[in-house]
Amino acid sequence: MANVEKDLISGQNTTGHEWDGIKELDTPLPKWWAYIFWACIVWSIGYFVAYPSIPTLTGYTKGVLKYSSREELSKDLALQAQQRGKWLADFQGKEVGDIAKDQNLLGYALRGGKAAFNENCAPCHGTGGEGSLGFANLTDDEWIWGGKLEQIQQTITHGIRSDDAKGRSQEMTRFGIDGVLKADEIEKVADYVVGLSSGKADAAAPGAQIFADNCVACHGEGGVGNQDMGAPALTNALYTQIKGDKASIVAQVTNPKHGVMPAWEARLPAETIKMLAIYVHSLGGGVK
Amino acid sequence: MFSHKIFETNTLALIVGIVLSIAAGGLVEIIPLFTIENTIEKVEGMRPYSPLELAGRGIYVREGCYNCHSQMIRPFRDEVERYGHYSLAAESQYDHPFQWSSKRTGPDLARVGGKYSNEWHFKHMVNPRSVVSQSIMPTYAHMQRPLNVSATIAGEMKTLRLVGTPYTDEQIANAVADLEAQATGGDAAKAVEARYPKAKTGDFDGNPDKLTEMDAMIAYLQMLGTLVDFKSVKPELVNR
Repeated sequence: MANVEKDLISGQNTTGHEWDGIKELDTPLPKWWAYIFWACIVWSIGYFVAYPSIPTLTGYTKGVLKYSSREELSKDLALQAQQRGKWLADFQGKEVGDIAKDQNLLGYALRGGKAAFNENCAPCHGTGGEGSLGFANLTDDEWIWGGKLEQIQQTITHGIRSDDAKGRSQEMTRFGIDGVLKADEIEKVADYVVGLSSGKADAAAPGAQIFADNCVACHGEGGVGNQDMGAPALTNALYTQIKGDKASIVAQVTNPKHGVMPAWEARLPAETIKMLAIYVHSLGGGVK
Repeated sequence: MFSHKIFETNTLALIVGIVLSIAAGGLVEIIPLFTIENTIEKVEGMRPYSPLELAGRGIYVREGCYNCHSQMIRPFRDEVERYGHYSLAAESQYDHPFQWSSKRTGPDLARVGGKYSNEWHFKHMVNPRSVVSQSIMPTYAHMQRPLNVSATIAGEMKTLRLVGTPYTDEQIANAVADLEAQATGGDAAKAVEARYPKAKTGDFDGNPDKLTEMDAMIAYLQMLGTLVDFKSVKPELVNR
């Protein structure tokens, strides 16, 4: 490299290449850049040695630190269980009713229940439990399958018309499409139900007898409902699956829509389900 | 000091140099793939997608769901608390390509199967705001159109078999029948349930008369993350 020509303006070496009188500079890489580059390579060698890295025929090199993200997680979860300690044991061991009576545990239940509710339940039931058409409102007094703590716990655990054999599974008879009632009879009974739910039931109405013959078995005398059957009370204007006007009642009696709720037993730990039951119970003031 | 001059002035040296550097880079990338089977945990329950789920997965990819939804629960406490057991490599072994994604504008979907009812999925896809008022997800109401994959689904399964998905001849021969039977449910779907254990069957979109893209999409979503039997998953088998 004896005869390197220097560029007069920049003072840099040139490569000796020349095109039409233009000469190429041989500017070296900036020192800071080159040092970082070499440092990264040295660092990577250390990383290869310390951490799991190179695949082998039967697995991979484990590295001298024996790091495993999944083992870290197991430790994290064990630590979490330890930190939760006594109250977690209480939640696992005690019945929901006893947890709700304990002011200290109730605090845990309401906060933990709210967090679990927002993640798991709010998409259907709304962030405040207000529900929407097709998804039950949890803040009102109407409970289709029962609003006591244990009933709510049962519903959350096993679901409604879910795959769970212990889930709530009753369905309304398809009065219309199965030919149990004729179209004009359905019209009459719908008129009667509209009266019932607006508090103006007319016992002499033509629909009253049809109601007594077909509906009271599940919805009860006077349409008071039956939570064991999942038959909602018809004596108020609170509806879940339908809007509650006459046309929607006719449609429901003809070919009923049924709500479906997943079983949460396999997704959530039992203590979380207890928290949820207590939180949901609290939303509407709670049924004793 | 090393100089490029050798390569720049000698064609043969340049050719040999190029071959060596590409070979080194290529081997580093390719050799690990020869032993990739090692990374798949031996767990019970995984099976190839049923034809309807596969069609739904195709729509998932077509609509770009992966742009906002991941299918990868990482082994961190907060993720496991929220979404359930962390994702296993085994769970995406029949995905070509996998749908892990890297961005969560919406929530992770790796275990969304069974979390919501079919009706919720339908309403949510037609108009997300109707059930989740603060949602920024676009509407996918156009998926109510007929599912148009009868002519291609068996071919798709054959292609997947070429790249290693263990579809049987029986499964491929019954592809179109299974596609329709899974969305019909009841006795018609018994064969589907036998060929694809744990498959969710029945009408998915509230319209039993028509096989729609929505049926396929919801069938796929309702299956996600539900196949592996986690009682069979032992830490010593999966810890790495």
